[in-house]
Amino acid sequence: MAAAKTRTSSFSRNISAAAPSQGPGLKCGPNGTVFLSSGISDLDKILGGGFPLGSLVMVMEDAEAPHHMLLLRNFMSQGLVHNQPLLYASPAIDPRGFLGTLPSPAASKDEKSHKHDPDQEKGLRIAWQYKKYFGESQLNFDGQRDGKHEYSNEFDLRKPLERHFLSAQRVDCVSIQDSPNLSALQDRSATFLSQYPRNDGSISCAGRIAIQSFSAPQCAYSNMEWDMLSFIRSLKSMVRSSNAVALITFPPSLLSPSFCKRWQHMADTLLSVKAIPDEDKELSQLLTGYQDMVGFLNVHKVARINTQVPVILDATTFSIKLQKRRFLVLECLNQAPVDGSSGTSYGTSGSCSGSSKTGNLDF
Amino acid sequence: MNQRSSNLLDEALGLDQSIEPWPLRGRIVAIEDQVETSGSFVLHHILKRSLSPNSSNVSIFIAFSQPFSHYDRVLRKLGCNLVTQRDNNRFFFFDMLMLQCPGGDEGISPECGLIALYGKIYKTIVALPEVSSKNVTIIIDDLSLMEVAANGSSDYVLDFMHYCRTLTTEFDCSLIALNHEDIYSSADRPTFLLQMEYLADILIKAEPLATGLASDVHGQLTVLNKGMNYRQGSSRNKISNFHFKVKENVVECFYPGSQG
Repeated sequence: MAAAKTRTSSFSRNISAAAPSQGPGLKCGPNGTVFLSSGISDLDKILGGGFPLGSLVMVMEDAEAPHHMLLLRNFMSQGLVHNQPLLYASPAIDPRGFLGTLPSPAASKDEKSHKHDPDQEKGLRIAWQYKKYFGESQLNFDGQRDGKHEYSNEFDLRKPLERHFLSAQRVDCVSIQDSPNLSALQDRSATFLSQYPRNDGSISCAGRIAIQSFSAPQCAYSNMEWDMLSFIRSLKSMVRSSNAVALITFPPSLLSPSFCKRWQHMADTLLSVKAIPDEDKELSQLLTGYQDMVGFLNVHKVARINTQVPVILDATTFSIKLQKRRFLVLECLNQAPVDGSSGTSYGTSGSCSGSSKTGNLDF
Repeated sequence: MNQRSSNLLDEALGLDQSIEPWPLRGRIVAIEDQVETSGSFVLHHILKRSLSPNSSNVSIFIAFSQPFSHYDRVLRKLGCNLVTQRDNNRFFFFDMLMLQCPGGDEGISPECGLIALYGKIYKTIVALPEVSSKNVTIIIDDLSLMEVAANGSSDYVLDFMHYCRTLTTEFDCSLIALNHEDIYSSADRPTFLLQMEYLADILIKAEPLATGLASDVHGQLTVLNKGMNYRQGSSRNKISNFHFKVKENVVECFYPGSQG
């Protein structure tokens, strides 16, 4: 933001100093925010660009399924691919082991067949809402892209990230299992974030912090509720004045309801993941594509930095699917056509829009 | 300009009547919101009204939640330049984002920075020229984070609020505080919230609609104005309830069903 004193009126347009030429990893957004990618292009679209720098993202885990790991892995890999250093904290004894599971960007000329015919691409562009009737492979029609120059990569979950991305300069790991309090993690975070101060100049580099299962019971501090909350608050304040994004996943069922609400209020962007039971007949009748779904992602809150207008999404619940068991996609839920002859009416088939009994889709 | 669309909120607060005396003078306003529906736009609105060019009001903003740049941008879109107001000594911003009480050892300054914060506010008010003629508005964003800063000692936060209340009687300051209702309603004993509701002269609740979120209506506001003085001299409680939609440059308030 330019200095205030040189402006004559209070309504002059701010030319953001962070030009996209900083690199493919950053993108300008509205209200002077700069986004970085979550690693999942569908999620970036849902959130209106990605995660804004200076924000705190929190993901509520489901104890029955490790889907939050999908979000974590893509977030971490995306940062490393874009040369954004990473601080990773987890309750494991050796967090470095997790780095071996990070996915690699898919090669751009992979099984996705790119239509290089520009007329065909225009046709697809117009009829976007019918994309579910086309093959999945025609979605990525931007065939020019090379893996490294995209803002958001498509990650192949079966291919591990190349080792040179995991060098010590780029990734710092912290184990939080044995620490009796959070001061060590706080100091590490402060040191990390001090390398990416937010000032009015251009953004040279952005950083990412990923904290996994923050309130996990095996951590020694996990019963110190106010200390955990203080840590989150100070992390958020530090991130606010840095060019960084912090992602924290936590199991909400282990917190008291009042504290869970406090954590939810702390988050700028709040997501939750939920497992889908296998072979649920009710759900399979209700939704198309149920067999391919791995879980649900719910968007509770979208970051509102520098603005007071809330973001109201058309849909807040999305299905998590693995395309070809390799690529993570998020899709809107589509209600299956109701069989008119079966005798059950529309209202009693457990629809998403609310019925008297709580269905599996209620969060 | 945009006066007409915010009229319901101004009416409920008594701000649609004459500017002098400032209708919120000497009164405590408590704003409650939830995760689904944020009430910070009410803070921004009151701040904007307080810094209107026709008055000599002074605002002291105690921020636990966002840095100055955020409020600067938001208020600028609402038509109020906080940087200019700050330079003109009409707006004082206290950045409390990193305030944290040292935990554990009770012997060292157990009230931590809150007493010091009160001292700072007091000094700022006393240092104002012609303080008796100015209307000072103290805005706190938000109380639940003040509790976190105090390591969970809501007693210290309540003490702080009571100290600030003395300012409302001594200097006729207005005190506006935001808190999150759903944190306390899910706790066993929502003492802190009830204390604040008792202290408040005006209670504003921002809630989502019972039918869920919608892009045209962001939520509903309920304003309880205790002992509102009408021009006729009578004073009684007034409850207003209406829907709102938050935009960049204005908050539109309307009765349910009347928005086209």
